[in-house]
Amino acid sequence: MYRYDEFDTRFVHERVAQFRRQVNRRLVGELTEDQFRPLRLMNGLYLQMHAYMLRINVPYGTLSSKQLRKFAYIARTYDKNYGHFTTRQNIQYNWIKLEDTPDILKHLADVEVTGIQSSGNCVRNITSDQYAGRAKDELADPRIYCELLRQYSFLHPEFSYLPRKFKIAVTGSPNDRAAVAVHDIGLRMHENEQGQIGFEVLVGGGLGRTPYIGQTIRKWLAPEYLLSYVESILRIYNMQGRRDNIHKARIKIIVNQMGIDKYRELVDQDFEFTKNGALKVPDEEVERIHAYFAPPQYETLVDQTEALEKLRATDKAFDRWMRGNVVDHKVPGYAIVNISLKAPAKAPGDITADKMDAVADLADRHSFGEVRVSHRQNLVLVDVKQAELHELWQELAALELATPNLGLLTDIICCPGLDFCSLANARSIPIAQDISRAFTDLDELQKIGQFTINISGCMNACGHHHVGHIGILGVDKRNEEFFQLTLGGSSDQHASLGDRLGPGLPQSQVPAAIRKIVDTYLVTRQHGERFLDTYRRVGVEPFKNAVYGDQSQAA
Amino acid sequence: MPQMIIANRLRDGVVVFLAPGEAWEPAIAAGSVIDNDEEAARLLAIAKQHESDCRVIDPQLIEVEVRDGKLRPVAIREVVRAFGPTVRTDLTEV
Repeated sequence: MYRYDEFDTRFVHERVAQFRRQVNRRLVGELTEDQFRPLRLMNGLYLQMHAYMLRINVPYGTLSSKQLRKFAYIARTYDKNYGHFTTRQNIQYNWIKLEDTPDILKHLADVEVTGIQSSGNCVRNITSDQYAGRAKDELADPRIYCELLRQYSFLHPEFSYLPRKFKIAVTGSPNDRAAVAVHDIGLRMHENEQGQIGFEVLVGGGLGRTPYIGQTIRKWLAPEYLLSYVESILRIYNMQGRRDNIHKARIKIIVNQMGIDKYRELVDQDFEFTKNGALKVPDEEVERIHAYFAPPQYETLVDQTEALEKLRATDKAFDRWMRGNVVDHKVPGYAIVNISLKAPAKAPGDITADKMDAVADLADRHSFGEVRVSHRQNLVLVDVKQAELHELWQELAALELATPNLGLLTDIICCPGLDFCSLANARSIPIAQDISRAFTDLDELQKIGQFTINISGCMNACGHHHVGHIGILGVDKRNEEFFQLTLGGSSDQHASLGDRLGPGLPQSQVPAAIRKIVDTYLVTRQHGERFLDTYRRVGVEPFKNAVYGDQSQAA
Repeated sequence: MPQMIIANRLRDGVVVFLAPGEAWEPAIAAGSVIDNDEEAARLLAIAKQHESDCRVIDPQLIEVEVRDGKLRPVAIREVVRAFGPTVRTDLTEV
């Protein structure tokens, strides 16, 4: 795991001291809210519906148990005993007091985490595969390059006031678990014809009001040019991006207006000029960062296939959890364990302080003290001995953290919605809870198979609704909440945006609509098809008929 | 339609309502209900002064109604602000 160097430590603590003075000046009236707002946002502090909200970065979703315990401490001491993990692999606290914030940031700086650049028109937290460095299907650990980009983009003077926020994601696996195609820049590691590992670079993806799938701007980029090429993309965006209209300010708008070929031409012109300059990454620097991500001291083990099969044969609940939540590890004898934060009828991504502490303890005992956060708002223990899986499962079950629904219909992505967020138009969490209550039969969930439902409370799309197999968007129509459904979205390596199913539905009708969609899928699917496959084969009509029947003009 | 003035308290962000005696109260039931435009303008001016005095942020007039004998905002957004998140009723006292 990356550790702060002397500069990082000094800077982050200095920033806390600066912010403490700024807060004090605000409280005594030396700063107006208009003057103070950009200063608090630079440190991740928003004002939401009921209180201040503090967003803390979890760089590329990697946490130490010590950091997670500190999150628990903050939740317990300064918030209401819980935190919320987000689709940017960050944590948010919903009940923060302005006057407490400098102390909170000091506590967090002590364990090398910060809210700096978790808001504002800058490069935000760089996200990645939650299984990075451990996945069996991975070409290389993307976190080395995430960290390189983090260091490069942290407080970058040229890119601290971009036209709009800027999000980068990196995957080192051909199976994209980081949703790179819906980022401002998406980086996919792959081999070229010579067998060298580099990046396919996508640009102009994004969700929100105007969703786009990213387009390939460069098919293969040598790693030593990563920073200079990203800088060229950022520089062209900084010069060409619109600042007159917030809704047209993201890079996706400019890329799609001028066309990818023209954007590429401009980037390439800049890149030719800068590529071999100071930003060319020396091998030694990659090696230096790589050392921070060295794998833990694994024991030499063999896979426990037979022993686990015996346990699974006699314990159905364990078998179900193994099938859903446990993933192959690249090292024999180890496994990756997903901890679902989607227990029935709970708010997706929420976890109490006590459970954070408990997960930190489990990480210490079973997974070298490391925890990951996924963009699907779950936690992961990435280095668990297969021989300890049954014991770990029992411990998780005792904590109500063994819900075996990973990748299934109730593993719902959900933004905080109107219950918390001042931007939202509708409440999203109650919809997630209603769906969760409507699909409680675990056998049925497994029969339905891989399924994503993503819910956003407004068109800003923090819940990634455009790329859910079913997307749900909350809208306000004359002071009533309605929910528009989209079908066929995906954020994987074959990313697609969902198609609108029909008119919005009131909250009370959403679970029944989901049920009708699922039933239609179950009678329509062919052998081995996921919902997404069936949808792509048959299109929207059967589902539209199932939900709306002959009243498709209603509402 | 009757109105009230809602804001967030500067120090902690808590939702508050302008109440008699120029106080700010977290409970909507304790807030002043305004029945005419002149009174609305007068109280909003006071609220804006409190904003300048660093007591509250972004005071605004909202429409309210009495439903089932209980005072509540008309707009869903303000209902949630007034009574807390509907999914965590255990977290709010008002």
